[in-house]
Amino acid sequence: MSKFLSIERKEKLIKAFLFVCAAITLLTTLGIIWVLLSQSYNFFKEVSIIDFITDKEWTPLFSEKHFGIAPLLAGTLLTTLIALLVALPLGLTIAIYLNEYAHKGFRKAVKPLLEILAAVPTVVYGFFALVVVTPFLQSIWPSISGFNSISAGVVMGIMIIPFVSSLSEDALFAVPNALRQASYGMGATRLQTAFKVLVPSASSGIIASIILAFSRAIGETMIVAVAAGQQPQLTMDPTVPIQTITSYIVQVSSGDVQHGSLEYNTIFAAGLALFIFTFILNNISFWINKKFRQEYE
Amino acid sequence: MSNNIKIETKNIHAWYGEKKVLHGIDLQMEENTVTAFIGPSGCGKSTFLRILNRMNDYIDSFRKEGNVLIDDKDIYKKKVRIEELRKEVGMVFQKPNPFPKSIYENVVYGLRIQGINKRAILDEAVEKTLKQAALWDEVKDDLKKNALGLSGGQQQRLCIARTLAVQPKIILMDEPASALDPISTAKVEELIYELKQDYTIVIVTHNMHQAGRVSDKTAFFLMGELIEYDKTKNIFTKPTDERTENYITGKFG
Amino acid sequence: MSKATFNRRKDKAFGYFGIFATVLGLILLALFIFQIFSDGIGRLDWDFMKALPSRKWEKAGILPAWTGTLWIFVLTALVVIPVGVGAGVYLEEYATKGRLSNLLEINISNLAGVPSIIYGIIGLQIFVRFMNLGGVLLAGAFTLSLLILPIIIVATREAIKAVPKSIKEASYGLGATKWQTIWNQILPMASANIITGVILALARAIGETAPLIVIGALAYVPFVAKSPMDEFTVLPMQIFNWVSRPQHGFLLNAAAAILILLLMVFVLNGIAVYLRNRSRKKFGL
Repeated sequence: MSKFLSIERKEKLIKAFLFVCAAITLLTTLGIIWVLLSQSYNFFKEVSIIDFITDKEWTPLFSEKHFGIAPLLAGTLLTTLIALLVALPLGLTIAIYLNEYAHKGFRKAVKPLLEILAAVPTVVYGFFALVVVTPFLQSIWPSISGFNSISAGVVMGIMIIPFVSSLSEDALFAVPNALRQASYGMGATRLQTAFKVLVPSASSGIIASIILAFSRAIGETMIVAVAAGQQPQLTMDPTVPIQTITSYIVQVSSGDVQHGSLEYNTIFAAGLALFIFTFILNNISFWINKKFRQEYE
Repeated sequence: MSNNIKIETKNIHAWYGEKKVLHGIDLQMEENTVTAFIGPSGCGKSTFLRILNRMNDYIDSFRKEGNVLIDDKDIYKKKVRIEELRKEVGMVFQKPNPFPKSIYENVVYGLRIQGINKRAILDEAVEKTLKQAALWDEVKDDLKKNALGLSGGQQQRLCIARTLAVQPKIILMDEPASALDPISTAKVEELIYELKQDYTIVIVTHNMHQAGRVSDKTAFFLMGELIEYDKTKNIFTKPTDERTENYITGKFG
Repeated sequence: MSKATFNRRKDKAFGYFGIFATVLGLILLALFIFQIFSDGIGRLDWDFMKALPSRKWEKAGILPAWTGTLWIFVLTALVVIPVGVGAGVYLEEYATKGRLSNLLEINISNLAGVPSIIYGIIGLQIFVRFMNLGGVLLAGAFTLSLLILPIIIVATREAIKAVPKSIKEASYGLGATKWQTIWNQILPMASANIITGVILALARAIGETAPLIVIGALAYVPFVAKSPMDEFTVLPMQIFNWVSRPQHGFLLNAAAAILILLLMVFVLNGIAVYLRNRSRKKFGL
């Protein structure tokens, strides 16, 4: 009888331990929200949220302090847009090519190779941007400064190509074969089928993947930290140094700013802004994808 | 032949979600007999079989009412330990499902999980049950061989041996030969006939001839109801219900 | 030219463009790596591997960096494997389908999309400050564990899903308890796929820089970490540090360090791919 009790108890203990493991994920999210909110609260006690949103300068570390997030947002947006300009056309093309044109063998061989692009550490990409791409661009347009958003943006774009292509591929794959066959059956070419039938049908899925790529790009840190500069400015000029939200956080963390000071707390406010943007983008993307899948089920 | 009622079900109703699949099944099976459940696809015979060892517990949408008594004890009572129940009531499945381990480890799995690890005991159980399952001669030279390398018929006999190793009193078989070739099927049927002396067996089968060959009593199910239950000889020669007769003579199913 | 011919030409042209797009990224990456190789190979020798960082680029080396990376690899693995696999097992085998398990699933998807630097901020406040560990290896390992936890949970769940139901039924049918079934049948069959996911996740973790910067891994570490409570640096950080220096010599050092880091990352990825292919052959999983 006691043998049974101990087996029962052992099963219960194991279940409890495993539950705790799963619960850690919830605790992590709660932790993120708690830390960002509570520490930003300290920041916003001293800096009004209006200033934060509307001020056109971000100079917390200078003697004349401005706390407008706009320049960091601009820097983030600029690099992200450049990255998407590179990754979206190429990623989507790859997805269409692999889905409609390529032989099975080619697809099987190429997909793991594309994953290599995603496996390279981002600091290495940063090195590429600074040491290879910028000098190359400078040889063509000498007015580009040593730190700029175009090198970082282009390299970031290359990095997220497999991200875009595999998500788009999934979206295209989910389109029912019947539609494909109908199009080919009418004599359409692969290109026509892809762009007139498949992409429109998969449009929600593709939009969802674009949004996810956007979110991925605005959260990227090291490429911009290495190659894009540390000068927050409200500009859309890709040839000048800028600073993103992420590289600002790196700058302050690796510096000597006193913990607990207002200047230090800027990283929490910046982090909160970043978290809110990526959270919203991610969830919009999931929601769109969910609706998209439902259409086809 | 003893007259002990080994398994008894009282007024079993069952549902998968909203869909009702069993309607008021009352059945009694005696010890050391072979009972066959026959009926067309979807009539509920497999569902009913799985109620007897609570294998339906893993299906979220499943619900049942009524009692199942084994040795006069309700097996669905809260304090019943499922693992103990399964040691008394073993099951052989339709598609052979050996573990991707050696033949030896397959057979002794049921013993190891009870904490029995002594080499001598395990060796003895392996030999005894593989002989009972008529597989010993074919595999005795290489018990370490991976079970997945055996043929379908051999795998099924291995699954039977595995079940026997736990020394259950009752063995439930869910169409055990339907995935096998005729020769393996014949071997399995022979096996069932021999096992009857020491075990109570319930077998679900699509094959009426099989039911006729191996079973003492047969239960005919149709659309979740128990239509007729009698000595096998009677079911097949003079069924009392017209539906039974139609099924037996192949008019449907 | 007829419309049909024009369409066919466009179709073919897109085909070529498709191939171009597919290989463009890879060609550029190959060019980049070639450039790094030519920059860095000159600096790669045993002295470089055994030396501490220094203000003089010719004397600087990556000993603390690569040992730090190894430390982080091991510590993170020790933390994240039990928690990640445990969570995956719970969600797949124990959790009843319902609101709680849906919530957990959505939450994990969200966590996978949180930028890595945010994990650094959390790690800073929780592990470095609140738990008072300081900017040490253990804090770094905990932080990276949180980062890659969702990856491992998903990999575990997928691996478990691939185990055929018939095996579970056979095990339960013989009287095994839930945990016995998981431990004796499910996990062994899922293990190759789980390990693959774990290795890929760890390969990602050792390439991370931002979270470790935020928790206070140091830029200049002239010593080798000897315990989990020591301060530390890792290869990506050392690379970042050197890339930020103006002297050209440090760029060469950074290139050499990158070669070592890439070697580690590619070897890990290679092992993972090898394991995945082998498991497919063995179990058909």
